[in-house]
Amino acid sequence: MNRRNALPDAETALAALAERMQGAIAIDAALVGIYSGGAWLAQRLAEMLPGNHPLGYIDVSFYRDDYSKKGLHANVATTQLPFEVGGSRIVLIDDVLYTGRSVRAAINELFDYGRPDSIELAVLIDRGGRELPFEPTYVGARVSVAKNLSIVLNRQLDGRLELTVEAAGGA
Amino acid sequence: MNNPQLNDKGELIHLLTLEGLPAEVIGRILDTAVPFVSVAERDVKKVPLLRGKTVFNLFFENSTRTRTTFEIAAKRLSADVINLNIGVSSTSKGETLLDTIDNLVAMNADMFVVRHGQSGAPHLIARHLSAAGQTGIHVINAGDGRHAHPTQGLLDLFTIRHYKHEFSRLTVAIVGDLLHSRVARSLIHGLTTLGTPEVRAIGPQTLLPAAIESLGVHVFHDMADGLRGADVIVMLRLQSERMKGALLPSAGEFFKHYGLTQDKLALAKPDAIVMHPGPMNRGVEIDSAVADGKHSVILPQVTFGIAVRMAVMSMLASS
Repeated sequence: MNRRNALPDAETALAALAERMQGAIAIDAALVGIYSGGAWLAQRLAEMLPGNHPLGYIDVSFYRDDYSKKGLHANVATTQLPFEVGGSRIVLIDDVLYTGRSVRAAINELFDYGRPDSIELAVLIDRGGRELPFEPTYVGARVSVAKNLSIVLNRQLDGRLELTVEAAGGA
Repeated sequence: MNNPQLNDKGELIHLLTLEGLPAEVIGRILDTAVPFVSVAERDVKKVPLLRGKTVFNLFFENSTRTRTTFEIAAKRLSADVINLNIGVSSTSKGETLLDTIDNLVAMNADMFVVRHGQSGAPHLIARHLSAAGQTGIHVINAGDGRHAHPTQGLLDLFTIRHYKHEFSRLTVAIVGDLLHSRVARSLIHGLTTLGTPEVRAIGPQTLLPAAIESLGVHVFHDMADGLRGADVIVMLRLQSERMKGALLPSAGEFFKHYGLTQDKLALAKPDAIVMHPGPMNRGVEIDSAVADGKHSVILPQVTFGIAVRMAVMSMLASS
């Protein structure tokens, strides 16, 4: 499965994403990463972007629409939104935007914490294939891969991010 | 080995007892409960996991706390909850347990939470459902006779792990009326499965089950000896209503020997935690100064109990 060449370098895509967000997002916007890839990206973006952005993390497991088919996965993380969600401006961050179902789940969850003034969407990779009407506000890179493959973001021990392609639904 | 609680993929389909439940499954329930704790701290204390599911609370025996915490857990998962007070309904008109179940299945029940005075009643319901091919309906034992109370055992394990982080170096002392206690039995099975090296049963001979050592516990009749060096002290309620015959001279006599006071607590480790499954009898098994003191984690147990029950219900509903 030598599809790795088709993928952009994760660090290059992250730099491109940060450049697009800089000056465009609100100076007090909260960066909320979707576990696990989006959470790593939110941490990195908070360091790269000027301003003091509150950080949050969201685990959408309790809001997924495929729960009755797939069940809960083994390691559900705790959603942490240590700022007032009502009235806030939020940039939701995910690693790979595909069907849009995680974004739907994340927005539902955010509204159970309060009514944000606005939500924007920043993704490292947009691979197309949407099943719901979501478009990202900020994109690091756009790629297309075959439907039976997943794009996975990994974090190396030294903190560097790396993209790989895996067979979808292998688990 | 055929464990009626697990399907062929090893997923939990009923929760009947902690006895024989693999350590991985117990660990998974405890892990899953962690993120549910924070649901209670939000504006909207609900997640949509069990939306559209119907949970029947079948309490053939009185309970306020357990029934309420199951009801809250199910409602926070967005399920519809029906409480049946069986004492005043069909069974008093002569309907059998399994006929009651069949009627509720016909009303499209998804889950039964069962408390029953007879040991094994939840087991019987689970077997009946699988014999009828109703594999999508799940049973949770909310306490059966003297047999088991697995969600209480799990919330005790969750509480211990929360404060002590791991089980492999702990000394846990369980004190009082173990004879009538399904809570103690479930907790002992859970503790030994998770590798707790020292579990102690402390109480008078008359209130300890025969052959309790076979569960892997050390028996102490002297409370001071049993508490020495303990990390965790679990006080049990003196279940006077279940006592037939002269098991005890008096409640006052019991408190003198087996009530937890500040002086006795001082024999345990300085950072020991004190637990109690409730409802407490102040001045019978526990002194108020201890129950309300800084070692007590009795109220956090109640809060964690909701998260643990949410975890169990959501794991069952997705198997």
